[in-house]
Amino acid sequence: MTTAAGSRDDTFPKLLARNARIRPHRIAFRHKDLGIWQSWTWAEVYETVQAYAGGLRALGLERGGRIAVVGHNRPYLYWTMIAAQWIGAIPIPVYADSVAEEMAFVLAHAEVTHAAVQDQEQVDKLLSVSDQMPQLGRILYDEDRGLRDYDHSRLHSIRSVIEEGRTRLAEASEKERSEQELRAGQGSELAIILYTSGTTGRPKGVMLTFDSVIAAAEIGCDFDKLDETDEIIAYLPIAWVGDHIFSYAQAILSGLCVNCPENPETIAEDRREVGATYVFAPPRVFESMLTLTMVRIEDASALKRRMFKFFIDHASKVGEKILNREAGVGLWDRFLWHVGNVLVYAPLRNRFGMTRVKVGYTAGEAIGPEIFRFYRSIGVNLKQLYGQTEASVYITMQPDGEIRADTVGRPAPRVEIRIDDNGEVLYRSPGVFVGYYKDDAKTAETKSPDGFVRSGDAGFFDETGHLKIIDRAKDVGKMQDGSLFPPKYIENKLKFYPNIKEAVCFGDGRDFVGCFINIDLVAVSNWAERNGVTYASYQELAGHPLVYDMIQGHVDEVNRSLASEPRMGGAQIRRFLILHKELDADDGELTRTQKVRRSFIAERYDPLIQALYNGTMEADISTEVTFEDGRKGVISARVKVRDMTLYPAEWAASLPEAAE
Amino acid sequence: MRAPDNPVAAKQDVLLAVDNVSLGFGGVKALSDVSFDIRKGEIRAIIGPNGAGKTSMLNCINGFYYPTEGQITFKGVKRPKMRPYLAARGGIARTFQNVALFKSMSTLDNIMAGRSLKMHANFFWQLFRHGPAMKEEAAHRRVVEDIIDFLEIQHIRKTPVGRLPYGLQKRVELGRALAMEPELLLLDEPMAGMNLEEKEDMSRFIFEVNQQFGTTIALIEHDMGVVMDLSDRVVVLEYGRKIADGTPDEVKRDQRVIDAYLGVAH
Repeated sequence: MTTAAGSRDDTFPKLLARNARIRPHRIAFRHKDLGIWQSWTWAEVYETVQAYAGGLRALGLERGGRIAVVGHNRPYLYWTMIAAQWIGAIPIPVYADSVAEEMAFVLAHAEVTHAAVQDQEQVDKLLSVSDQMPQLGRILYDEDRGLRDYDHSRLHSIRSVIEEGRTRLAEASEKERSEQELRAGQGSELAIILYTSGTTGRPKGVMLTFDSVIAAAEIGCDFDKLDETDEIIAYLPIAWVGDHIFSYAQAILSGLCVNCPENPETIAEDRREVGATYVFAPPRVFESMLTLTMVRIEDASALKRRMFKFFIDHASKVGEKILNREAGVGLWDRFLWHVGNVLVYAPLRNRFGMTRVKVGYTAGEAIGPEIFRFYRSIGVNLKQLYGQTEASVYITMQPDGEIRADTVGRPAPRVEIRIDDNGEVLYRSPGVFVGYYKDDAKTAETKSPDGFVRSGDAGFFDETGHLKIIDRAKDVGKMQDGSLFPPKYIENKLKFYPNIKEAVCFGDGRDFVGCFINIDLVAVSNWAERNGVTYASYQELAGHPLVYDMIQGHVDEVNRSLASEPRMGGAQIRRFLILHKELDADDGELTRTQKVRRSFIAERYDPLIQALYNGTMEADISTEVTFEDGRKGVISARVKVRDMTLYPAEWAASLPEAAE
Repeated sequence: MRAPDNPVAAKQDVLLAVDNVSLGFGGVKALSDVSFDIRKGEIRAIIGPNGAGKTSMLNCINGFYYPTEGQITFKGVKRPKMRPYLAARGGIARTFQNVALFKSMSTLDNIMAGRSLKMHANFFWQLFRHGPAMKEEAAHRRVVEDIIDFLEIQHIRKTPVGRLPYGLQKRVELGRALAMEPELLLLDEPMAGMNLEEKEDMSRFIFEVNQQFGTTIALIEHDMGVVMDLSDRVVVLEYGRKIADGTPDEVKRDQRVIDAYLGVAH
């Protein structure tokens, strides 16, 4: 283990000092500025941070005091965090794109006295709400552009603060004091407070100690064998726990190099230039890279297009197996993959800036299985993980060779997981948080006395011991017989079929699960053409018996897969119907981001729900619709209901406690 | 947006004076008897309806046209008949109403082109990109990178400008003009065809160029909001004549300006 605890380096400033001692000339940070990668070695960073810490103290930042850090990923902002920790103050990183009011709330809640920000934009934001945070005294900035004519009685450039600290350090007594401060830091002390954006209500301040952050970083570094030769590109918000662990904690712990991009728009190119070896991105980044590639390939010459298609098809057959070192790939297929590697895959990886990637992670939300497989098939070791701020990220990870698109992996090392009766995932690890800042009630609600933390997500372990997350726990309902009803999980399974555009399941507090289905007009009309089904309107197609037969086949497959999963067997769909009209945001049935509004739909289509649950085979419904030009009309239809046969659940109702 | 008494402009240092300038093309009089001055450090707007002679005026200032009557004095020296590149060497840079960039060259190369008048290494070294030429190029690149940073166009540094949207092309053109480190910057409709956000960005850049580098700016613009916000003084032309000259507030109240813009009942 690259453990720090053993060698007494139990805080980040101490680890920084260690890095300056054992690898003084290795590059620690890079930042692309004026078109050139500027770099700093660990020795230089150590010297700068020590001076910075003294400068901060001179500005009145005290032990236990708090300093906000606002901006994009810049070396000087990361150094602000270490410098603050050096003198025992607590850094509070804040999302750079949050609006002034949100920022004011966090800064006032955390009682920050100092703030280090990136540029004029952030300075302006803070000044505009300064009446809401009376404690905030000093504002430090990184870029001076546009700030020349500001009142500098409270404003300081970070560089001038460092300069001030440097002058002071020239004296022996100051040097002694600084070393003492460094030694005084303890692993059990608060290292950082990370405010979670919180989809509902006010943000909560998650308090993490050095011990837990370092423990989490050790888990990550050991799991993927990170060392000082690794390079990462820091581009995710510094206030997000992921960035704090990957670009701060793991970097300082293992001595790897952190690269800060020039600006948010140049990340793709910067990543290519740097050749990062460890990549983290939310699914949408991988999605958009793939889409962009596909669009550009369409513009390529016919020969290149055909070559691309041939090799990508080949990769989708054998690429993953080769990456996983599985047996059963023929010599010829292997040879072909390597030819493809030279002609297509390697240039593609280069384009994505992933030529040197050892391991890439995606997390945050579910990634489309085909996207996930695409990257793996061309040789990028992409994995999923499941984590939370309260856990210092790591809860589950995917070990090499056990990587699947539909699970988030096994419990990470040193993490214990328990599944609650309502399906909620509980975890305990050395990385878990101390509590929410100034919110003991919330802390008690989330963290049990034995140290287990409620994740708020519902999930289960599958037969291979991998965790599957199904939904937010509060959205998971219970049926009358007590079995779990995870609506989104079932709906996503249905929507996996191209013919099904939208699905709405009902079952909370009921005897069985019933379901509305929307067909996908493009896919189904295509199918209709191939199968000789004639129709005149959407309504007629949706009600066609052959269409019902086809959809019934899909629902049957979903039921079979539910039956094969632990605790999901009770949520099989017993009756379904195909809606006569498409659910539409104009009618208020979907949100503008295309999410179904379940309760609204339940009200509007009440006669159909009656039909699902009272056993009739047909129901009449008329609904008002809004046309695109704003006119309103009424659609009436007679909708048929289909019964399904259910499969016996393969898993007993109660599951043995999952692996730890 | 800006303080009415710009400390620099208040010094009343005249950078460029236009005295009784007339310009005719055969029988057509583009300008007749126009006089005004541009003071050091100010933003001076030239406005007027279509065909009022604004662009002709700009062309006279940067030496593309030579006035048939009257004279132009730049930095205290009466201007002889000259080619535009001499005006450029003298410290006048401009952008054009229709973007005039090298479409197939990158943003970086286009802005570097703005430095060409400042390059001194001889042809031989430049040919081989070696020795003094290389050292010089590095120094110029540094200036250009500062401009790229200033205009926030790092992400298109290596993109051929022909592929860029119009708003960004305008920004690159401004960058090329800035690369000359001009004393007087002439902007011909810098915001034409832009959406609101692009206009706001461009206004900010023009304002910051003026504030940060102290560059004197003369601009032609149709968007009255922008003109009134940005400029220290405004000169109004109509049918080749000057009809008003003063601060934005004065000009806004001038009856002849109102008539020229809103039309007058006959």
